Amino acid sequence: MSLLDRTVEFAGALRQAGIPVSTAETVDAMRAFGKVDIVEREHLRAAFAATCCKRAMHRPTFDTLFDLWFPPKIGDGVGDEEFVPGEGEGGGEPMDAGELSKAMRDQLRDLLLDGDEDAIRRFARAAVSSLGRTDSPAGRQNYFAYRVLRALSPETLIASLLAAMMGDQERGGLAEKVARQTIADRIKAFEEAVESEVRRRLAETKGVESVTRSAVKPLTDQVDFLRASRNDLIELRRQVQPLARRLATRLTAKRRLGRAGKLDFRRTVRASLATGGVPLETKHKPHKPHKPELVVFCDVSGSVSSFAHFTLMLTHALREQFSKVRAFAFIDTCDEVTDYLRSVDISDAMARIAQNADLVWFDGHSDYGHAFEVFADRYPDAITPKTSLLVLGDARNNHRSAAAPTVRRLVKEARHAYWLNPEPRTYWGSGDSATKTYEPLFDEMVECRNVEQLAEFVQRLLPT
Amino acid sequence: MQQFPVFGDVADVRDRLAAAGYLADDAIATTVFLADRLGKPLLVEGPAGTGKTELAKAVAAATQSDLVRLQCYEGLDEARALYEWNYKKQLLRIQASGGDADWGDTHDDIFSEEFLLSRPLLTAIRRTEPTVLLIDETDKADVEVEGLLLEVLSDFQVTIPELGTIEAARRPFVVLTSNATRELSEALKRRCLYLYIDYPGAEREKAIVKARVPELPEELAEQLVRTIRALRAMELKKAPSVAESIDWAHTLLALGLDTLDEEAVSSTLGVVLKHASDQARATSQLKLS
Repeated sequence: MSLLDRTVEFAGALRQAGIPVSTAETVDAMRAFGKVDIVEREHLRAAFAATCCKRAMHRPTFDTLFDLWFPPKIGDGVGDEEFVPGEGEGGGEPMDAGELSKAMRDQLRDLLLDGDEDAIRRFARAAVSSLGRTDSPAGRQNYFAYRVLRALSPETLIASLLAAMMGDQERGGLAEKVARQTIADRIKAFEEAVESEVRRRLAETKGVESVTRSAVKPLTDQVDFLRASRNDLIELRRQVQPLARRLATRLTAKRRLGRAGKLDFRRTVRASLATGGVPLETKHKPHKPHKPELVVFCDVSGSVSSFAHFTLMLTHALREQFSKVRAFAFIDTCDEVTDYLRSVDISDAMARIAQNADLVWFDGHSDYGHAFEVFADRYPDAITPKTSLLVLGDARNNHRSAAAPTVRRLVKEARHAYWLNPEPRTYWGSGDSATKTYEPLFDEMVECRNVEQLAEFVQRLLPT
Repeated sequence: MQQFPVFGDVADVRDRLAAAGYLADDAIATTVFLADRLGKPLLVEGPAGTGKTELAKAVAAATQSDLVRLQCYEGLDEARALYEWNYKKQLLRIQASGGDADWGDTHDDIFSEEFLLSRPLLTAIRRTEPTVLLIDETDKADVEVEGLLLEVLSDFQVTIPELGTIEAARRPFVVLTSNATRELSEALKRRCLYLYIDYPGAEREKAIVKARVPELPEELAEQLVRTIRALRAMELKKAPSVAESIDWAHTLLALGLDTLDEEAVSSTLGVVLKHASDQARATSQLKLS
C-alpha cells in the first residue's frame, strides 16, 4: 500500500473518530511528508499532528490511531531481545512461564527505578510478545494486555521501588508523596505502552479497522455522564474551569458586540478634541447586562451524582455571570448547599455535601415529590420572578408521588424553569421515570448527556 | 517574494534552537521545520508558561531575524494591528498650506507614505530583512481580527485603498500563540500548522531548568522537577508550568537552599502556586504543615 493510500485511509479513520480533517488538511499532510524524513517515525507523527489534529482535546485519540496505522514495528520486530531472558543468548534453555515472569519482573523493577522511557517502551514490547500471547487452535495468535499486567503486576512493585527511591529519607511526608507520584507516572507509562503494543499486535492479526473501533474512546466532551469512569470524571472536572472561562469569554464578546446604549456625552466630547472639536465618532455607554438569579435544584442520589456534581461545579464557576446562585441538593428531602460550593476546594464539596447536608428523610431513594414539597415549604423565598429555576436529575421517582401541583406553582413563580436530564431522550418516561408528568410543567426539559450538550445549554441560559 | 528555506533539516532546527537557548523536542522541531519549508503560519497552543512566546523569540534568534510582535487584546482593531493614517499630521498639513493650495495636490500629498502609521502586521510584510512575526495571545482578540489575519496570512498582502496593494517583500515566519480561552475559528486553524505545547516530560523539564539556571545542582533539579510533577497531578486551578519551575529554581538558589524539603517547599510555595485555594490544597495533600 502506498503512503498516499495509507494517509487517506488514516484521515478517514480520524474523521470516523470525530476529529474533523478537511481535504485541504490531508493535502497539507502529504506535502509535509515530502519534507520530513519518513524513516523518523516521531517526525512523521509531528507532521501529521501539525496538519491534521488542531485541537488539543483530540490529541490522545490521534495518537492511538497513529500508532495503529503507522506501527513502529512489524511482527516481533528486531532489537528487543535484550529483555527476554533465555532468548537471544545463543539459544539457551527456554525457561518455564513462572521463571520467565519472575525474571522479567526484576527487569521491570530496575527499569521503573531508572525511568528511561524508551527502555520501558522496548520492554513493554518484549513483554507482550513473550507473556501476552495465546495461540488459539486455529493457528491464530491473540494478545491480551491483562495477561502481561497480571504476570508482571507492576503495582506490587511499588513498595520495593519506594524503598529504593527514598533510601533513608523519612517516610510519610513530602518526599514520599513525590516518590509515589514519580512511580505512579512510570507505571502508567508502562501500562499504556503495553496496551498500545497489544493493539498493534491485534491490528496485525485482525486488521486495523476492527481494532480501531474498540480502541478509540469517545472525546471528553462527548463522554456520557452516567457512564463515565473514574478517570473520565477526573478529566471532566479538569475541564470545568476552562469551559467556564470559554463560556464567559464568549458571553462578554457577545455583550460587547450588542447594540450600543445611550450616548456618552462626556466621552464623545473628549474624543472630539483629537479631531479639532468635530465629533467624528460618537461614544456610547454600554448596556447594563441583565444577570439572572439562578436556583439549582439537583438530585445527588447515586445514579446521577456525577452529573449533578459536574453541573454544580460549572454553575459555580460561572457565578460571576449570575447575580445570585443558590444551590439545593436532594435525595428524598432537600437542603441548601450553596455554602459548601463557596468553600475553597470545590472538588471536595460533593463529599462534604453527602456527609453534612440533610438529604435523606425516609430511605435514601430518590423522591422528587417529597423533595419539591420540602423545598417549597422551607425556602418559600428562594424563587422570585427574577429567578431561573434549574432542576438536575433523571426524574426516576421510584413510583412515588410527583407533587405536580407544588411543582407547577414553583415553575409559575420563576421567570424560567428548565430541567436537565442526563438520560437519553428515548428512555424518558420508561419504568419509574416521572418525565411525562414533569416535562409539560417546565419551559423545557433538555437532554444533557455530555459536556457538549451542557455547554450548549448553559450558553443559552446565560444572559445576552 | 522568494524566500529560501532557512533550516536544513529537523536536526538543524533543534541544534539552532538549542543554541538560542530553547530545548525543542521532536514535535516542536519538526513542526517549526515544516512551517519554514511549507511557508505556513504556525499556531502554537498550550497552557500559560510553557514557552510559546519563547519559541517565537528563539526562532528569531536562531535565524538572525528581527521579531515583530503584535500583542492581541480585547478591542484590538485594524488601526492598531495593520495601519492607520496619521490624521493629526494630515490636519496640520492642510492647515499649514493655508487654504490656497489645490485640493488635488493636497489630497495626493496627505495620503502618501509620510502620513502612514505602520502597525505590526504591515511592518512585518514590508520588511526586506528576515522577520519573525509573533501574534501573541490571538485568543484574546475579537473574532473580527481573525478575519483580518486570514487575509494577511494567506496572501501576505495588504490593500490600502489610497496607496494600492502592498505585497510582502519577503515572507515573514509567522507564529501565532493562543491560550485557548476560546476556540479559534476553523478557517484560521486550517491555514496554520498546529502545535500543542504541553508540560514537558520529566527528563526534558529537567534539561530546560538546568539550561536556564545552570548554577542549580543536579540533585536539586531532580527533586524540583519531581515535586512540580506531583503538584501537577493534583486538581489545581492553575497547575505550575515550566516558567514557574524556572522561577522556583531561581528562588531556591537565591535563598541558598540546597534541598527541597517540607520547610523549603512551604516557605516558597507562593512562587509556584498562585491561587490561595491551590496553596491550601497542596499544603494539605503534601502534608506540609
